[in-house]
Amino acid sequence: MASPMTVSPFAVSPLFGRFTLESLPLHEPIVVATFVAVALGGAALLAALTKFKLWGYLWKEWFTSVDHKKIGIMYMILGIVMLLRGFSDAIMMRLQQAIAFGGSEGYLNAHHYDQVFTAHGVIMIFFVAMPIVTGLMNYVVPLQIGARDVSFPFLNNFSFWMTASGAVLVMMSLFVGEFAQTGWLAMPPLSGIAASPGVGVDYYIWALQIAGVGTLLSGVNLIATIVKMRAPGMSMMKMPIFCWTSLCTNILIVAAFPVLTAVLALLSLDRYAGTAFFTNTLGGNPMMYVNLIWIWGHPEVYILILPMFGVFSEVTSTFSGKRLFGYTSMVYATLVITILAYLVWLHHFFTMGSGASVNSFFGITTMIISIPTGAKIFNWLFTMYRGRVRFELPMMWTVAFMITFTLGGMTGVLLAVPPADFVLHNSLFLVAHFHNVIIGGVLFGAFAAINYWWPKAFGFKLETTWGKRSFWLWVSGFYFAFVPLYVLGLMGVTRRLRTFDDPSLQIWFIIAGFGAFLIALGIAAMLVQFYVSIRDREQLRDVTGDPWNGRTLEWATSSPPPDYNFAFTPVVHDGDAWADMKARGYQRPISGYRPIHMPSNTGTGVILAALSVAFGTGMIWYVWWLAVVSIVGILAVAIGHTFNYKRDFYIPVEDVTRHEDARTTALMGAVA
Amino acid sequence: MSEMAGVNRDLFHLPEEPHHPEGSSTMLGFWMYLMSDCLIFAMLFATYGVLGTSYAGGPGPRELFDLPLVALNTSMLLLSSITYGFAMLNMTERRQGPMLAWLAVTGLFGLAFLSIELYEFAHLIHEGAVPQRSAFLSSFFTLVGTHGLHVLFGTIWLVVLMVQVRLKGLIPANCRRLMCLSLFWHFLDVIWIGVFTFVYLMGMLR
Amino acid sequence: MSAAGHGQGNTAAHDHADHLNEEAHGSRKGYWAGFALSVVLTAVPFWLVMTRPLTAQATAMIIMGFAAVQMIVHMIFFLHMNRRAEGGWSMMALLFTIVVVVISLSGSLWVMYHMNENMMPAMDMSQAG
Repeated sequence: MASPMTVSPFAVSPLFGRFTLESLPLHEPIVVATFVAVALGGAALLAALTKFKLWGYLWKEWFTSVDHKKIGIMYMILGIVMLLRGFSDAIMMRLQQAIAFGGSEGYLNAHHYDQVFTAHGVIMIFFVAMPIVTGLMNYVVPLQIGARDVSFPFLNNFSFWMTASGAVLVMMSLFVGEFAQTGWLAMPPLSGIAASPGVGVDYYIWALQIAGVGTLLSGVNLIATIVKMRAPGMSMMKMPIFCWTSLCTNILIVAAFPVLTAVLALLSLDRYAGTAFFTNTLGGNPMMYVNLIWIWGHPEVYILILPMFGVFSEVTSTFSGKRLFGYTSMVYATLVITILAYLVWLHHFFTMGSGASVNSFFGITTMIISIPTGAKIFNWLFTMYRGRVRFELPMMWTVAFMITFTLGGMTGVLLAVPPADFVLHNSLFLVAHFHNVIIGGVLFGAFAAINYWWPKAFGFKLETTWGKRSFWLWVSGFYFAFVPLYVLGLMGVTRRLRTFDDPSLQIWFIIAGFGAFLIALGIAAMLVQFYVSIRDREQLRDVTGDPWNGRTLEWATSSPPPDYNFAFTPVVHDGDAWADMKARGYQRPISGYRPIHMPSNTGTGVILAALSVAFGTGMIWYVWWLAVVSIVGILAVAIGHTFNYKRDFYIPVEDVTRHEDARTTALMGAVA
Repeated sequence: MSEMAGVNRDLFHLPEEPHHPEGSSTMLGFWMYLMSDCLIFAMLFATYGVLGTSYAGGPGPRELFDLPLVALNTSMLLLSSITYGFAMLNMTERRQGPMLAWLAVTGLFGLAFLSIELYEFAHLIHEGAVPQRSAFLSSFFTLVGTHGLHVLFGTIWLVVLMVQVRLKGLIPANCRRLMCLSLFWHFLDVIWIGVFTFVYLMGMLR
Repeated sequence: MSAAGHGQGNTAAHDHADHLNEEAHGSRKGYWAGFALSVVLTAVPFWLVMTRPLTAQATAMIIMGFAAVQMIVHMIFFLHMNRRAEGGWSMMALLFTIVVVVISLSGSLWVMYHMNENMMPAMDMSQAG
């Protein structure tokens, strides 16, 4: 089964496994330069943290925090940092493809290029989009339902650190060993041990398995939170639409990520134990892997986009100053999408050869999905219709989304036609399509959300000049980067190519590269926007806690909200609870505070996640002693944690009073 | 929660803070986890369903499976289910001693199940029917072995809970954990129904 | 683990005991009934397969039917599933999971069967390329 080239999992150094000094990619100048830059930057950061004595603060206030708001912010930071890494991969590919014509090999060798496109996909989906989505839900959902935290605060901290651990493993692969060269779904037999004997696919497997634990648990957590912790009076049909889309997203997470866990476990068994699930020999069937992974993979795209539909709904309604048009239809459209997500997976591999009956079924179910999605677009348009629309940054991103996403949706319906898909599959047309919906949907949504909720999280608005620069650079950059790929795809250019023969194609790749350059400027402008906003935070300060004239409960409390979110749990009478309270002359109570019951911080999550990194490293490098020691450690720490029964405390009434009195003073200052 | 709707419209805060008892989400959360576990098993069943006839010239179910042994194994799991039930009844009646005794019996049945399964696996491997032999054997060992790993994990958890009950008594936190393990244990029983029916019995019919 | 504030903590333990009784609500009779049914529902399929009084197809249909019934028996008598538990959310989660399991299991078998039919007729790999 194993080719002679393969290292046997047991014929390795007992101490270092299959790690040798040759595993360090010292022969790749680009990687070495990156490593030097990262090492210097990292050392500077660590030195600064030490110099300003920030370690204790970070550990106590952030790393061990079980506060959903801090965990949400940490998720967002993780997502944005990984966006920089994922985008570096993207612009490297665009540069390679723009110059590798007429016999030129470009500047990336095949081994490196294949890792770059794999890492780009894996990072963007699992370590950019997922953390951003989870972070938003974590931050916003408990506030919107009037809760003090999530149902399982410790689990929430643990989930974040598991996601971060996965990201650590992916980053480690850049400098120690290699990453997978298989494409982002690691399809066998290419990802099997015979074709990929190195550590790349193992990095992929363990990064995703460890991060997957976090994703699954945070899904369970948020479902329980939404079901159990809503404020009095908030029936399901009075929930803000973002909570509805979050609920459906988390249902999809809980019902889809186990599939990924299972299929990656089977792939690992093939690689580590020599089983024959996805092999070409001994009765294995590689297409079974494709089938299983897309049963996860299709729901995954809805996991990413549904929360953003919620964001756009909140933003459109707030900035149009109107109740959302068609709330009920929005809820049902979301539920229909949740179910249909499980009925379309085969459209990712129409060309497998299941025949006309199977392909027709999945083609039709795929086209049906455009109906609830289209209904949502109309709901947003009708919300804006005759509204007093304020074109602040979140609304600008929302309008850009509506146009861009509709285009992406239409090319999706095109690809849903099996005969068309036979021509277009695996082409750059497909690549353009999914970037069109993921950038136009998920990323624009994330940027709308960041601009919308930043003042809630930090107490000051984001600066608009740089925000608008970033917006225009991103949006125009997107069209420059991906319209050429539609054209190239229609001409038959397949994806993941490193060099090209036909010189007439080059101009399109140069335009696409220019687009990527504009996006790079857009990202830079966004970082400048953050910097300028933090620098000028006093001018941008909002003391009301409600800078946009919001409609939902998160705007009812201070910005940033206190640890306990609400001094008194609000009673909800209307879908737009806060708009209703304001309309009926709500007076904020300024006395009669009580002690508030809260969960305690704990470092267990960080320790378990660190042990998981050690376990992953042991498995990847065949360092069996490390794997065994760390798995025993994980069990011991987890069991030990269950012996701690004191996990909560009361915030004393004096602290609540002090915080609320400060807010009272600030509000009076704002009025005067 | 929704019973509040329609009451005094001018009431924006309750005189008493709303009451979420400690751990009120735990059972629902654990049930969600079990549902996700159920999907892992569903994928393993699907894999067995697709690859279970790919013998690659190796031995098939008829040559390998020993139904009396499987019947014995099944009865161990069934008995452990009812003994766990008795433990739960004693828990609601707050009788700690008998509850711990029934938990111990349950654990022993769990260990018996695991021993029989290990004996079966050892026997198959001895016959040359190793997981690497064919896709059928890969999917068989993985499906049955994953269930066995769950039983092992359940047994470890059971021992930990017995210690915690001895230390702290039947406090609400411990009762909640015992109820979670109860769900876990009975859930594994349901999975086993699928295993003995679709893997062993249907396999013998081929 | 709940983070929710409950101002007056002293009632929590009392409420919780009631909560447990209501949720565990198995009875000795219920467990015995479930056990007896399970024994029958397990023994009959084993007997059918070990002695083979019927054709393979009839046996297969019967044992699958028995498995489905036994799963429901376990759900009711051992897992105490009902429409009231957790305000109906447990049942909803279960039904959703069953739908997803049925879709992905039957779907996988369906599409893989058709692929094998189309792509490997009599293992002619020259056609399958």
